[in-house]
Amino acid sequence: MNALPGIFNYLVVVFLMMAGFYVVIAQGNLIKKLVGLGLFQASVFILYITMGNLAGGAAPIVTEGVTVYSSPLPHVLILTAIVVGVATTAVGLALAVRIQEAYGSVEEEVIHASDLRDDESLFGEPAACDREGGQ
Amino acid sequence: MTLIDHLPVLVVILPLLTAPLCVLLDRPVAAWGAALGAAWLTFVGAALLVGQVADGGAISYQLGGWAPPWGIEYRVDTLGAYVLLIVSAMAALVLLSARESVEREIFRVNGARFYAAFLLAFAGLMGIVATGDAFNVFVFLEISSLSTYALISMGRDRRALTAAFQYLVMGTIGATFILIGIGFLYMMTGTLNMLDLAERLPEVSNTRTVRAGFAFLTVGIGLKLAMFPLHLWMPNAYTYAPSVVTAFLAATATKVAVYVLLRFILGIFGIEFGLGRMPLEYLLIPLGLMGILSASMVAIYQVEIKRLLAYSSVAQIGYIVLGVGLANTHGITAAVLHLFNHALMKGALFIALGAVAYRIGATTLDAFSGLGRRMPLTMGAIVIGGLSLIGVPGTVGFVSKWYLVLAALERGLWPIALLVLVGSVMAVVYVWKVVERAYFSQASSGSGEASEAPLMMLIPLWTLVLANIYFGLHTDLSAGLARQAATVLSGGQGERHAFAYLDSPGSAAGAAGGAGLCQAAQSA
Repeated sequence: MNALPGIFNYLVVVFLMMAGFYVVIAQGNLIKKLVGLGLFQASVFILYITMGNLAGGAAPIVTEGVTVYSSPLPHVLILTAIVVGVATTAVGLALAVRIQEAYGSVEEEVIHASDLRDDESLFGEPAACDREGGQ
Repeated sequence: MTLIDHLPVLVVILPLLTAPLCVLLDRPVAAWGAALGAAWLTFVGAALLVGQVADGGAISYQLGGWAPPWGIEYRVDTLGAYVLLIVSAMAALVLLSARESVEREIFRVNGARFYAAFLLAFAGLMGIVATGDAFNVFVFLEISSLSTYALISMGRDRRALTAAFQYLVMGTIGATFILIGIGFLYMMTGTLNMLDLAERLPEVSNTRTVRAGFAFLTVGIGLKLAMFPLHLWMPNAYTYAPSVVTAFLAATATKVAVYVLLRFILGIFGIEFGLGRMPLEYLLIPLGLMGILSASMVAIYQVEIKRLLAYSSVAQIGYIVLGVGLANTHGITAAVLHLFNHALMKGALFIALGAVAYRIGATTLDAFSGLGRRMPLTMGAIVIGGLSLIGVPGTVGFVSKWYLVLAALERGLWPIALLVLVGSVMAVVYVWKVVERAYFSQASSGSGEASEAPLMMLIPLWTLVLANIYFGLHTDLSAGLARQAATVLSGGQGERHAFAYLDSPGSAAGAAGGAGLCQAAQSA
């Protein structure tokens, strides 16, 4: 039996989605942005898993006496999406490390300010790429 | 089964498998050779596919022999085959010019990995087009996106890193929106196969779930497409990415996003739902126009030419979006045509910029001073590419704008036709800025003696420039094809059903199985 009211999972999904989205937009710290992005993606995983569930459905394994099964397909899809999510976070963190090495900060404001300083000091000077980091 | 039967999947697998080979080879030149070979073989494969589709209609390929809708179906129709052709042609041409440019612009340790990431991005883009499965689109989208983030971050300027990060955040939000949209569609129909979806959506299209799914998909694809208010990632990404990457992305990535937009809005939802019952028309037309005008205006004031062309790309995407929004056969023809034409012109222009960056070391407006005399062939290509961007008769740009104006007039919306022409005039201004600096000003003293670009850059560059002129004069091929694709896409239910595999024998069982899944999902 399904112990939770039918719509509860969807409320969780919406809350997580909005919370994650808010963190991505509102936070200036790149790592926190990635955490928000992870939260945002995780909410979609729950959305898929919830839609595959069937009231009173058993796990999709053929057993005597069971006729109602949950759909396994959304779970499989979400396995793929989780892998994608992990890869995205990994690439994002790798970029954050490189940004930390190049700028000495992962705060958006500091990065933006030092980009502006670069623009001013290098104005009109060609080949402005002498300071790349991480190599 | 011979190798030919496996073409729909080979064009995806070939670059996918060559990517790890590039990492193993480790030496940049060897990796370049492998990547180039794979890209040209893929191009040949795509050309063969175009022939097959022209002869025998859409090709359905069952991955691993699993019949759809259980298995993943690869499906290549006319539009798909031509998008595959243009993507693989651009990859092959851009890679031809890549070796020297990569040596100059990318750290040697990253050389081999650069080609691996390039091939992964290429494989992802091919996969998006070849697949007939909605979830597969998301997976390939992420394969290409993730490798694109890595490619952009390889630029030498440290701002490439922040540009890549910004794109990663925006791109992931876009892809997740697409995932949510696909989830909603699956919830209502119980299938992920595109043809199945198109079949079953009309029954349930009046539900809020489907409408929400449609909205999520549109915004998600809009982010990937860099549609006007969602384009913020693009100028930075294009400016700081290595020249080769910019040329490849500008010519292919956004075009594939356009393909996905057409596929979902017209192919799956159907034009009647997508543009009739949903108010997408009132969204796409104003946004397209705002994109054209505002991005052209911003482009006029740029001094970094890569950034100028990036904003010009936002404007050109505005034309495509406008064509889709106008939603008549001419409008969609214009959108499909501009998909090809814009790939040709931006491919040429960005390869030319790569050549300038290779010789001069910068692509600011100052770097172009007196370049008309020192790099005549490269500058000649930029001039012709620029004319095509403006839409001068005799170039491809003219053909698509012609159809766009026709579409607007057909709907009786002459102010839109006028605004399209205003957009062209603005293109004259920003192209002229470069031309004036290159031909009518003295060379700046610091830049030394620059000579013509290397041959390996000139060959792909002039191939694309000549294609710009050829397809501008011989419009039968491209316009006829685009019209054909547009009729199929906008033709409503009847024609789509004619292509449905459900009509073929032996798949009735598949439909029944899918329907069972559908019920299971609905009662969840």
